[in-house]
Amino acid sequence: MKTLELDKIEKAGRQPISTTGSLAVIDALLSESVTTIFGYPGGAIMPIYDSLFGFRDKLNHILVRHEQGAIHAAQGYARVSGKTGVVFATSGPGATNLVTGLADALIDSTPLVCITGQVFAHLLGTDAFQETDIINITTPITKWNYQITDATEIPEVLAKAFYIAKSGRPGPVLIDITKNAQLQLFDYIGYRPCIHVRSYRPNPIVRPEYIEQAAKLINEAKKPFVVFGQGIILGNAEKEFQSFIEKGNLPSAWTIMGMSAIPTDHPLGVGMLGMHGNYGPNFLTNECDVLIAVGMRFDDRVTGRLDKYAKQAKVIHLDIDPAEIDKNVQTAVSVWGDCKETLPLLTNLIENKSRPEWFKEFEIKKEKETTTVIEKELNPTEGGLTMGEVIQVLNELTNGDAVIVTDVGQHQMVACRYAKQNKTRSNITSGGLGTMGYALPAAIGAKLGAPEREVIAIMGDGGAQMNIQELGTIMQFQPNVKILILNNSYLGMVRQWQELFHEKRYSFTDIQSPNFVQVAKAYNIDGRQISQREELREGLKQMLDNPSSFLLEVAVLHEDNVFPMVPQGKGVAEIVLSKEEI
Amino acid sequence: MKQEFTLTVYTENQVGLLNKIAIIFSRRKISLDSFNSSPSEIENIYRFTIVIRETETVVKNIVRQLEKNVEVFKVFYNTNDEIIWQQIALYKVPTSVIMKDVKVERLLREFGARAVVIRDDYTVFETTGQDDEVDNLLKELSKYSLIEFVKSSRIAIIKSSEGVHKKVLDMEKNDPTNKPINNEFLNHKSMIFEM
Repeated sequence: MKTLELDKIEKAGRQPISTTGSLAVIDALLSESVTTIFGYPGGAIMPIYDSLFGFRDKLNHILVRHEQGAIHAAQGYARVSGKTGVVFATSGPGATNLVTGLADALIDSTPLVCITGQVFAHLLGTDAFQETDIINITTPITKWNYQITDATEIPEVLAKAFYIAKSGRPGPVLIDITKNAQLQLFDYIGYRPCIHVRSYRPNPIVRPEYIEQAAKLINEAKKPFVVFGQGIILGNAEKEFQSFIEKGNLPSAWTIMGMSAIPTDHPLGVGMLGMHGNYGPNFLTNECDVLIAVGMRFDDRVTGRLDKYAKQAKVIHLDIDPAEIDKNVQTAVSVWGDCKETLPLLTNLIENKSRPEWFKEFEIKKEKETTTVIEKELNPTEGGLTMGEVIQVLNELTNGDAVIVTDVGQHQMVACRYAKQNKTRSNITSGGLGTMGYALPAAIGAKLGAPEREVIAIMGDGGAQMNIQELGTIMQFQPNVKILILNNSYLGMVRQWQELFHEKRYSFTDIQSPNFVQVAKAYNIDGRQISQREELREGLKQMLDNPSSFLLEVAVLHEDNVFPMVPQGKGVAEIVLSKEEI
Repeated sequence: MKQEFTLTVYTENQVGLLNKIAIIFSRRKISLDSFNSSPSEIENIYRFTIVIRETETVVKNIVRQLEKNVEVFKVFYNTNDEIIWQQIALYKVPTSVIMKDVKVERLLREFGARAVVIRDDYTVFETTGQDDEVDNLLKELSKYSLIEFVKSSRIAIIKSSEGVHKKVLDMEKNDPTNKPINNEFLNHKSMIFEM
């Protein structure tokens, strides 16, 4: 993209032009085809905001109400669009408010470039006003960070930031720019994207001998089982993955982060893994003979107790990040590399086998889960509303075409267990860090990242209050976001644990909420509260049909539990279907 | 089984990298027995030599976490029999005691120590070696009114390694970017705007 500054340089006969650091920042963003920025101005980033003023037509800046909202919005944006999310924040509190989002983006591999202002270079280390050592604070929670103290570094460092954020296993990058560097005039020769950093190897070279070994194991397997994660979505390898499992006729289960990489009703999809995942895939992890892990990292919520995890199976692990290989689970064959590259190579070498008995085992387990858990959750006829039936009706109304953004807790597990999703990048949630307050800002970002799609933020009454100020952002910028609050008047997941493992001592989990509908109305957002089964379909329909944002609060059962469950400290095969089994 | 491992970490020479490396250990509550940073045979590339007591499984994982760092080129880990390693130690002893006691001289010869400073009031000896050698001399000298003792961190050369020199030069060949410029404004308050 030809930017204004480049244009000037060309007019000057490709001679350097004198530019401020802050203009070079804007030029870098334009050159990287950034269109949307989430941010909040302040003293130390004012020069950049001043330069941004002249480019409001090219760069859509969303003024959030809290920097945490900015970074979660950028995460939502990045997750639905596959682009790099960009965040502006000022020094000190502005920068520290990004911390939770950075940690979230690192553990969930979300590409972000966060630009923070910093005090003048000569004031560094003097405890100046709004000075904080954000580089050292964010070192463990960024893929890379760097402090710029001289404007001449800006083009090169920002190019490196965008390259590192997006390449290999993506992650958040934070660039801290001192105010003097933003104001400084320097000879600018234009922006050049970065394509190489000498000490950084984002794409491991694929070794064909390991592909062959993996294919041999799969072909010899009687009970192969595929577990997949977000790596497929991040690698844009959905088609390659689908061809792989279809050719091999391989039962496949997703992690919460891998959800929607294949349609949730794909015939080879056997459900979700994890603590509250489906019964079959969890249980049968300990029955398979070859476990093929694709773009997932064996999180403890997926493996349960490690020394009881898939001990009988030979493990094949495909991952782009060498640090994930053998980190938690020892592999028989490790296939390093981008799965967009490795999966087709593997698909070429595997044979199609029918394996009816093996699939039958998944069916039996599914039936058992359906009769003991799912049926009661989705089709109750009496008592209060369940979270599951809300999701069920929502599925019928959206037909699985919506982007579902969830917060953290019971509603998240229920939504991910039951939501129908047809398209990739439909499941936006805080998987690794479990950040309450994620959904509302992430949904704002998701809508901006995929304006053509319906975006529904589903949250509990606890999480809804954690970043509720972002209703102000919705009021001002009007992204059409549907807000669905499943209110059980408790911090439900913690309450569930207190009930099951702490003899029902409900220590500070009964949380009072404001009248959410009135709060929304104060922000000019229409809303409705329902609590009866008869109102459910119509209420959801009203929410979806509303031409702009809408908040629907659904009062659900107060003390409902999410099952199945792999209790902490237990193996995946010890998954239980009801509290009586604990 | 836990045993002593020496990690050799080749990195870019950049501010803050020491912290980035150290926190990989502190996050996992692993204490460092020794930590040394030094230039390498290649300009602008540094090597850290780190000694920890851990199991090989943990060490392997740490090596990959270290290599994940954008500015880290390569990490090697070795057991003690795979490396040649040395430490340096300094001992400060009252000169009067040494003058009186000839045994000390013999002792120093035995341990291969040498005097680096001789003053009226004290003398400083230096020895190079591995833990045992350094510690044995310490034990002996403490009998002669030892005033002060200090030991350096370990430095090591890997027996089988051909270094990373060639590897890094290859990497450099592919690198179209220039090296970052150090900030000159840190020391020039008057040259910049004030808010």
